[in-house]
This record gives sequence, C-alpha cells and structure tokens, in this order.
Amino acid sequence: MNEFTGAAGFLIVLMFGLCYRLILGPRVYNRLLAAGAIGTFAIALLALMGYLFERPDMFVDLALTYALLNFIGTVAVAKYLENHPEEREPGEQPEGIAE
Amino acid sequence: MNTISFIVMSFGFFFLLVTVIGLIRLPGFFTRVHAVSKSETLGLALVFAGLMLHEGMTLVSMKYALIILFVALANPVGAHVLTRAAVRTGIMPPRTRRPSDALAPPQTSDGGIR
Repeated sequence: MNEFTGAAGFLIVLMFGLCYRLILGPRVYNRLLAAGAIGTFAIALLALMGYLFERPDMFVDLALTYALLNFIGTVAVAKYLENHPEEREPGEQPEGIAE
Repeated sequence: MNTISFIVMSFGFFFLLVTVIGLIRLPGFFTRVHAVSKSETLGLALVFAGLMLHEGMTLVSMKYALIILFVALANPVGAHVLTRAAVRTGIMPPRTRRPSDALAPPQTSDGGIR
C-alpha cells in the first residue's frame, strides 16, 4: 500500500498548489474555477484513500457521489452569479494587462 | 499488470500536475479554464484507468468506469457554464502588447461591462 500513500500525498500537494489560485485569484470566477478543480482532485483522492483504508468498495461510492455534487455545485454557483450581478465582488474592474 | 497500472497512473498524475501549473501560471481567466477543463479530465481518466487495471474485473472497477464516464461528460460542461457566466458578466481576456492589437476592434466605452 506504499505507492497509494505516495500518490495521495502528491495529490494533496497539488491541491495546496490550487489553493494559491483559490485565495489570490483576482475575481470570483477564478476562485470558482480553482474550487471546482480541487473538488475534481478530491474524487481521485477519495478513490486512493479507499486503498489506504483497505475498503475501496465503500470509498468508490463516496467518490461517485462527490463527482455528482461537485458538478452540481459548480453549475449552481455559476448560474447564480450569471443571474445576480449584484452578488459579485465589490469594486470589480474588467481585466486589463495580464498579471 | 501492476506495472502497467503504475505507468498509466503516472501519466495521469503528470496531467494533473500540468493542470496545477497551468492554473497558477497562465494569464487571464479563459486560458485558465482551458488548462483546467482539458488536462484535468484526461488526468483523472488516466488515474482511474490505472486503478481499474489494478483492480481487475470487479464491481469496483465498473464503478471506476462510471466515474470516468461522468467526469468526461460533466467537467467540460461545468467549464462551459462557468465560461459563459464569465462572458455574460463582462470579463475580458487580458490585453496583450502585440502589434496586431491595433487591428482589433476597440473596447466598449463602459469598460466591457454589459
């Protein structure tokens, strides 16, 4: 089970890398994109955790449910922001020069 | 069998690493969506394909195939919905400093907010 520990640790490191864009992302859409990416990484992390706990038959159901909820959450927040422009971040300016 | 699954999962983790690098380094929202929606789908599909090769023909393996199928459908759709919301609320791609920008149509006077 050693290789699954390494793979899960690598995924957690990658998710911390995504937290850079989640925290510093210039606008709410970048943050939402990073949050969706973290949720997608968490699907793979759940499937790997099944082998760490030696119960992959249970954790695959959790991963499948998490995939469904992650997609629904991203679409719901995106549609809400599309229809409610007053809920966006205050003081938004259109993006200018990159960085 | 185990070596093949290790190789396939390594390719999957490589594409997930490409996703993270693209999300951190690329300029502008739309290029980041491009990085996430494609390489993340392929990386996750390869990781679960490696797990399927490790598992063999079991019920768990069929559920992994179901996860691959759902993510391959849902991830591009989610990226498209997010990008459409961003376009309709007026996010512009970042301006570049290339000379061909002189040929581009001028920006709207209200800064692109529609």
